Amino acid sequence: MEVNILVGGAAGQGMETIMNLLGKSLVREGCGLIYTKDYMSRVRGGHNFSRLRIASGKPWAIVESIDIMVALNEETYYHHRDNLAPSGRVIFDPRSFSLPEDENRGVPVELQKLAEEAGGKVMANTVAVGALLVLMGLQTSTVEDLLHDTFAGKEGVAEKNIVALKAGFDAAAQFCSACFDLPPRNEDGNKLFIDGNQVLGMAALASGCRFLSAYPMTPSTGVMNYLAGKSKDYPLVVEQAEDEIAAINMALGASYTGIRALTCTSGGGFSLMVEGVSLAGMTEIPLVIIVAMRPGPATGLPTRTEQADLEFVIHSGHGEFPRAVLSATSHEDAFYRLNKAFELADRYQTPVFFLSDQNFADTHRSVEPFDFDRLSYNRFIAEENGYEKPYKRYRNTESGISPRALPGQFEGEVVLVDSDEHDENGNIIEDASTRRLMVEKRMRKLASLAEEMDEPDFYGDPHPELLLIGWGSTYGVLREAVDALITLGTKTGMLHFSDLWPLPQKRLKNLLAEVERSYCLENNAGGQLAALIRRETGLSIKGSIIKYDGRPFLAREIVEEVKNDL
Amino acid sequence: MIYKADDYMLGETAWCPGCGNFAIRGALAAALSALDLKPHQVLICSGIGQAAKIPHYLRVNGFNGLHGRALSPAVGARVANKNLKVIVESGDGDSYGEGGNHFIHNIRRNPDIAHFVHDNQVYGLTKGQASPTSEPGMKTGVQVDGVVLPPLNPLSLALVLGAGFVARCFSGEKEHLQETMEAAIEFPGYALIDILQPCISFNKINTWGWYKKRIYYPEINDPQDWMAAMELSRQWGDKIPLGIFYSSPRPTFESSSRALEGEPLSLKPFDPLQVAEVQDEFL
Ligand SMILES: Cc1ncc(C[n+]2csc(CCOP(=O)(O)OP(=O)(O)O)c2C)c(N)n1
Ligand SMILES: [Mg+2]
Repeated sequence: MEVNILVGGAAGQGMETIMNLLGKSLVREGCGLIYTKDYMSRVRGGHNFSRLRIASGKPWAIVESIDIMVALNEETYYHHRDNLAPSGRVIFDPRSFSLPEDENRGVPVELQKLAEEAGGKVMANTVAVGALLVLMGLQTSTVEDLLHDTFAGKEGVAEKNIVALKAGFDAAAQFCSACFDLPPRNEDGNKLFIDGNQVLGMAALASGCRFLSAYPMTPSTGVMNYLAGKSKDYPLVVEQAEDEIAAINMALGASYTGIRALTCTSGGGFSLMVEGVSLAGMTEIPLVIIVAMRPGPATGLPTRTEQADLEFVIHSGHGEFPRAVLSATSHEDAFYRLNKAFELADRYQTPVFFLSDQNFADTHRSVEPFDFDRLSYNRFIAEENGYEKPYKRYRNTESGISPRALPGQFEGEVVLVDSDEHDENGNIIEDASTRRLMVEKRMRKLASLAEEMDEPDFYGDPHPELLLIGWGSTYGVLREAVDALITLGTKTGMLHFSDLWPLPQKRLKNLLAEVERSYCLENNAGGQLAALIRRETGLSIKGSIIKYDGRPFLAREIVEEVKNDL
Repeated sequence: MIYKADDYMLGETAWCPGCGNFAIRGALAAALSALDLKPHQVLICSGIGQAAKIPHYLRVNGFNGLHGRALSPAVGARVANKNLKVIVESGDGDSYGEGGNHFIHNIRRNPDIAHFVHDNQVYGLTKGQASPTSEPGMKTGVQVDGVVLPPLNPLSLALVLGAGFVARCFSGEKEHLQETMEAAIEFPGYALIDILQPCISFNKINTWGWYKKRIYYPEINDPQDWMAAMELSRQWGDKIPLGIFYSSPRPTFESSSRALEGEPLSLKPFDPLQVAEVQDEFL
C-alpha cells in the first residue's frame, strides 16, 4: 500500500513549498517517505517536478506511477498523464487551463482565486496542500501546526495560510475525500525530514568543522546554504570564495592553522581545485572535500545526476600521495560517514573526499534522528610534551604520520609547510635521498589508511545466485530491485560500497567467488567502479547496468535489465 | 627572550648575490624585531617564485603554498587563529598575474593581512619572462619583440578596489621599507606594499641605478586623501614616488563574523553532543 504524488509546474511556481510543507507534515503524522526533485537549470519557466512516495516501512526510491498529480500548469498534465494510475486524481486550477473532455480524474480547485481570497496569490501552494490532504483522508491540523512553526514571529502570515489551506481542503472535498489510503504509520512520528545536503552540512557542523570556503555550484550549494544558516549561532565561518581555487586554498590555510575545514563543489569546480588537492597531499594538511557529482563533461547537465567523477576524484591532483574517497549508502549512513572523513583527514593528515551526487543531495527522506553520541572528535594534534624537540613538521616516523603542531601553539617553535619537496623541517630540498625519504614517508600512510575502509554493505538473500554491485546514491533503488527480484524467485543479493578508496576487497572477493552472475550498476557510461574493481582485484564483473541520461535509476529498469539477460 | 633582527635570519638562500630580496628580508626581520613579534606569533604565506621562498629564510611560521595562491591560505589562517600576525610575501608574477583574482577580491574582503609584493617587474624563477608589471618593449625569451601589453598598475588598482593601506617602497631604501612594513603590519585590514626590487639576473632595464635615479619622497599631507593617493600611484617614469600613499582603515573581514569574536576559533573547545539540538528543526 502506497501513495505516489507528483507536483509539477514551471520553475518559480513553488513546487518545493508544497513538498516541504506536505512532506514534513506527513513525517510528523508518522509516514515513511521519500521526495525527489527533477528540475531544470533555470530560474523561471521550463518544466520542473517533484515526486513524493509514501509507503509502509522505509520507501527507498521513487517509482514512476502517480496516484495524485498536482498540475500547476497544463504541460505537467500532458507530460505525466501516461503515468497517472487509472484510479489517480489530478489537482488543477480550472481558471488556468482545462483538462481534455475524456479526462474524468480531475479535481478542479481554484488555486489562485482561493489564495487571493485568503490574502495573496503566493498562497496558491498552500491551497494545493489543503487539497492533497483531503484526498489522502488527512485533517489539516498537522499542517496548521507546521505553518505556525514556520511563520512564528510573522504576524498574521500563518493565519492567512491556514485560511488558504482550509479553502483548498474544502474545495477538493467536494470531488473526492479520502480516495487514497495511506499505508500504516509509525506510532511516534519522531523522524527527521531532511535532504542529503542538509545531512552533510549537519554532519560537518557536528564533526567540529569551523570553516567552509566554497563557490556556489549545483548540486553542492545546499551544504553551503545549510552551514551559512548555522554560522549565526555556532562558531563557524562560511566564506564564499572568489573561485574554487581560492576556496580550497583558504580551507587549507585554516586547517593548517588548526581548525577543521571543509570545501564543497561539483565536477567543474573540482577541476579548478585539483592543484590544491595535490598541495594538501604534499603539505600533509587535513582537508575534507565534498564533490557533489552532476553529469559532465564541462557544464554538462547542471541540475541532474551522475556518478562519473569516481575515477577523476581517485586520481585527482598531480603526483602521488595518499587519500581516502568515501561516499554513503543513504542519508543515515552519510551522517556518520562524513564524520569519519573528518577523523581520517586529521589522523592521516591528508585529503579525504566525500562523493555525493544530485540524486543524494536533493533527495529528502524520513530518517531516524541521528545519534550524536556515535560521532568522534579527535584532532591528533601534538601536546606540550608529546613531541620530540625541536619540533619538525615532517619528522620521519614509522607510520609516516608526523606529529602535528599548530602555528603559534608552542612558544619558540615554528611550523613550516611547503609545496616544494622538503626535509623534515619543511625546508625546500632537491637531493635524491631526502626526496626518497619523504615520498616513502607519505606513501607509508596508505597501508594503515586502507585498514580503515569499511567493507561494502550486503543486503538480500544470504546465499545469492545473482549479485548486484553499486556505490553511493544507488543504494535505495538497488534495495528495491533486490526485493523485487527475490519476490520474482531469483536469489539476489547486493553489495554496496560506501568507502571506495583505498578499495576494500575482502567481502567482494568472497562473494564473487560464490555467485553465478554479477552486475555492476552505475550512473555513468564507462562503468567506473567495475574498472576500479578490475584494476585493484583482477576480477571482472561480467554484467553492467549503466545509465547516463542524467536521471536516477528506477527499480523497474534494473529488474527488467536483469530479466532480459536471463 | 627579545628577538633581534638577526635572530629571525635562517638558512642559506637560493637568491642571486645582489638580489633585492636580501634587503627585503632584512627589513622584515628588523620590523618584526621592532614590533616585538616572536617567531611563533607570525605566519608568512607565500606562493611560488624566488621571492616566495622567503618563509624558508626567516624563523617564523610558514606556508609556502602554490603559485599565485598565497593570499587564500592567509585568509584561512586568519579565520582559524586571529592572534597570528599574517604576512603574505610573493613576487609580482605570483601576486598580480597568476594570483590576480585573489588580489582583487581580497582587497574587497579586507582581511587583516600585510601583503608585501617583491616587484622586480619580471618572472625571476622561470628565467626572465614578462610579468604583469614589465616595461613595454622589454625583450625576453618569450616576448621576443618586446613586451606589448601595457603594465598593470597595482597601486591604482588597489585604490580603486578600496584598499585601506597602499604604499610603495624600494628595496634599496631599507629604513623606509622597514618603517613602512611596520605600519602595514600594524594596520588593521589589508595593507599592500609594492616593493620595487632590482632583478640583477633578468631585468636589465629597471636596475638599482635606474630606480635610484628616479625615486623620491613626496610630501603626503593627508594619507586619507584618496585622490592625492591616486595621483601618486599613477606617477611613473622619470620620477617614482615612495611612501604610504593612502592609509584609512575600514571594517575588516574578521570584524564581520560573529564566530571570530572572543578567543581564536582554533582554541574554542568542541564536543559533538553540544550541538545535538541542531537536528530538531528537521523533526
Ligand atoms: C601553476 C604554476 N604555473 C607556473 C609555475 C611556474 N612558475 C614558478 S614561479 C613563476 C613566476 C615567478 O615570478 P614572480 O612571482 O614575479 O617571482 P620572482 O621569481 O620574480 O620572485 C612561474 C611562472 C608554477 N610553479 N606553477
Ligand atoms: Mg618577479
